Amino acid sequence: MAIEKHHTPMLDQLESGPWPSFISGIKRLRDEHPEARINEMTNDLLGQLEHSYETRKGYWKGGTVSVFGYGGGIIPRFSEVGGAFPKSKEFHTLRVQPPAGNHYSTKMLRQLADSWEKHGSGLVTFHGQTGNIMFIGADTPATQHFFDEVNEYGWDLGGAGPCVRTAMSCVGSARCEMSCTNELKSHRMLVNNFVDDVHRPALPYKFKFKVSGCPNDCQNAIERSDFAVIGTWRDDMKVDQDEVKKYVKTKGRQYIIDNVITRCPTNALSLNDDDSFTINNRDCVRCMHCLNVMPKALHPGDDKGVTILIGGKRTLKIGDLMGTVLVPFKKLETEEDYESMVELAETIIDFWAENGLEHERCGEMIERIGLANFLDGIGIEADPNMLAHPRQSSYIRLDGWDEAAEEWFERQAEQRAAG
Amino acid sequence: MAAKDMREPIESGCPDPWQYMHPSMRKNFGQWKYHEHPRPGVLRHVAYSGDEIWTVKAGTQRILDVFSLRKLCDIGDEFADGFVHFTLRSNIEYMVTEEARVQPLIDALEQAGFVVGGTQNTVAMISHTQGWLHCDIPGTDASGVVKSMMDELIDEFRNATMPNRVHITTSCCQINCGGQGDIAINIQHTKPPKINHDLVANVCERPSVVARCPVAAIRPAMVNGKPSLEVDERKCICCGACYPPCPPMQINDAEHSKLAIWVGGNHSNARGKPTFQKLVAAGIPNNPPRWPEATAIVKRILKAYKEGARDWERVNEWIERIGWPRFFEEVDLPFTKYHIDTWRGSRSSFNASTYIRF
Repeated sequence: MAIEKHHTPMLDQLESGPWPSFISGIKRLRDEHPEARINEMTNDLLGQLEHSYETRKGYWKGGTVSVFGYGGGIIPRFSEVGGAFPKSKEFHTLRVQPPAGNHYSTKMLRQLADSWEKHGSGLVTFHGQTGNIMFIGADTPATQHFFDEVNEYGWDLGGAGPCVRTAMSCVGSARCEMSCTNELKSHRMLVNNFVDDVHRPALPYKFKFKVSGCPNDCQNAIERSDFAVIGTWRDDMKVDQDEVKKYVKTKGRQYIIDNVITRCPTNALSLNDDDSFTINNRDCVRCMHCLNVMPKALHPGDDKGVTILIGGKRTLKIGDLMGTVLVPFKKLETEEDYESMVELAETIIDFWAENGLEHERCGEMIERIGLANFLDGIGIEADPNMLAHPRQSSYIRLDGWDEAAEEWFERQAEQRAAG
Repeated sequence: MAAKDMREPIESGCPDPWQYMHPSMRKNFGQWKYHEHPRPGVLRHVAYSGDEIWTVKAGTQRILDVFSLRKLCDIGDEFADGFVHFTLRSNIEYMVTEEARVQPLIDALEQAGFVVGGTQNTVAMISHTQGWLHCDIPGTDASGVVKSMMDELIDEFRNATMPNRVHITTSCCQINCGGQGDIAINIQHTKPPKINHDLVANVCERPSVVARCPVAAIRPAMVNGKPSLEVDERKCICCGACYPPCPPMQINDAEHSKLAIWVGGNHSNARGKPTFQKLVAAGIPNNPPRWPEATAIVKRILKAYKEGARDWERVNEWIERIGWPRFFEEVDLPFTKYHIDTWRGSRSSFNASTYIRF
């Protein structure tokens, strides 16, 4: 039976131009999909979207929808104009956790597509801003049916609401020479330790893990996650002097001086008269620039690990925050290493769950109570790597100074003894 | 249905990617030696084993219908061993192990309407939020903004001719999803919320709404004999934070919700610490379906950056070198008192030196 198609003159204008058009895609579902349910649903979706374009307003409202046994993972959407667009009046999104690093076989993508068109609208995004596969458009019963089906073959919902959210990690060790850690392992060990906190929102607000294999931070972990794990190394970077000389020969000395030597943020590089490099590794901050420019000649060292930063977030409520270094360097080799990282995450989440205000991100709590109090609360000692510089203000009581200084020397001695 | 008849979920969490990873990536996991950029949209990674893997990156419409998704799978099956990888910016990547298979893959993608590019010093795919298609609080439609802009910026996606990579982002509200970008196109409301006092008591948990306001401008009040909320409009910064927990406090306005453009956000640690984006333009009409005014400003910024920046300089580094006065001059944007920060920590953004460029 032919459906009466909504007139969409504004959306039609998004079908021209060379970039692939999402409107054309939705129209294909309306016009060419064999299932009438999908034709009707996408037709009304286009109708409501056109209405939004005309009036410059959104017409979706949230609500409460979840699958049996969970409290989150679905973004409920009920239309405020469902009378005019009844077939898409319930248009919920299922947030499904991707495999760490976003790898897929086409076979699995086809299986997901088959399940999705059986129950949902046929629209899907890889991936949303939090990192989930977004299966966009299902009514309330269909969310349960689709979840039941894909959950049987290995897929689980991600987080939505005040909970541990779906994590993200870069392609990393799978295809990148800059990678200093096993991103996939950290990603899965961290987030899968908290499945209960993912599925049943009961925290002050959202909590995100992101893992980047090196300080290029392709996952935007420092700014966009509460718990950022960034690969790094602490021994000397590896230099292939023959390759350095080849770069200098190919690009010219001026290019190397202008684009490598003088761009080092800590002036740790020298170009020698014989076109080799001397690197002051104690000054190097592992910014990655010279490695990025000369990937054949320069490589991360062998003594690899991660830096952990806490408290990054976007604007609401107190303004954007970058994460703060909490653990300057941590080896991640043995199972115990990984487990101690997970324990750290547990300690932080427990402390924040206890002390965070409603709708307060971890970084905002740290801002409110002070970094020193936060460190006390989670049992981590202060470290100068946590700061850009020490305090500038003299407004502080220092009664405990002598004890703190004594403890510092004791810790230093212990570390030296431990080698 | 009774609870006993319901299926218990399997709380499997994040799936193991190993089973979905290209065999060469499995084999050489953690053993990659270097990479090259043979042409825009293509990366060649070489492993210590001597194996090499060629990656072809393509932009899509991001919101995929199952036909497009299956088309991408067909291309993967015919030309690329049946494995794909998605990037942070929703591009799809195919991996092949021989150079000879690269061009046929590119041809197949382009023929199907996808756009090969987005690597290294390109304008990468705009990272986008959801908008009117699905969000409950959107001021605009990010999908439409992104489609309109990428139509105009497609050559910069296809040709790697920028000084360094350019990451553009969008946000459909002031408070939430979009991240930092070299250039960010974000909603900026300019009027306080319009309150439907008849609904507040039934829909909103009033103390949480009061607590949500960053400037304490909301207080409980009786309006027309009903418990409601009122906004001190002299204090209100029009951020819209009250709207998600209290939909009767409508912040979106067809005329007064505008677009603002921010520049200089950079997540990488390369050459400098990560930076936040800074406001450069506001009051831009939220003008569907094509948003030409916003695109025009983005193109001006990109043109000035492309002409003025040195190799490897990101937008923030370029501006840091030339200075803000010259930036405003070069992109022909007005500088106003609204560019002066008033939020916490604002003093550190003032010039406390005699560093002036003449």
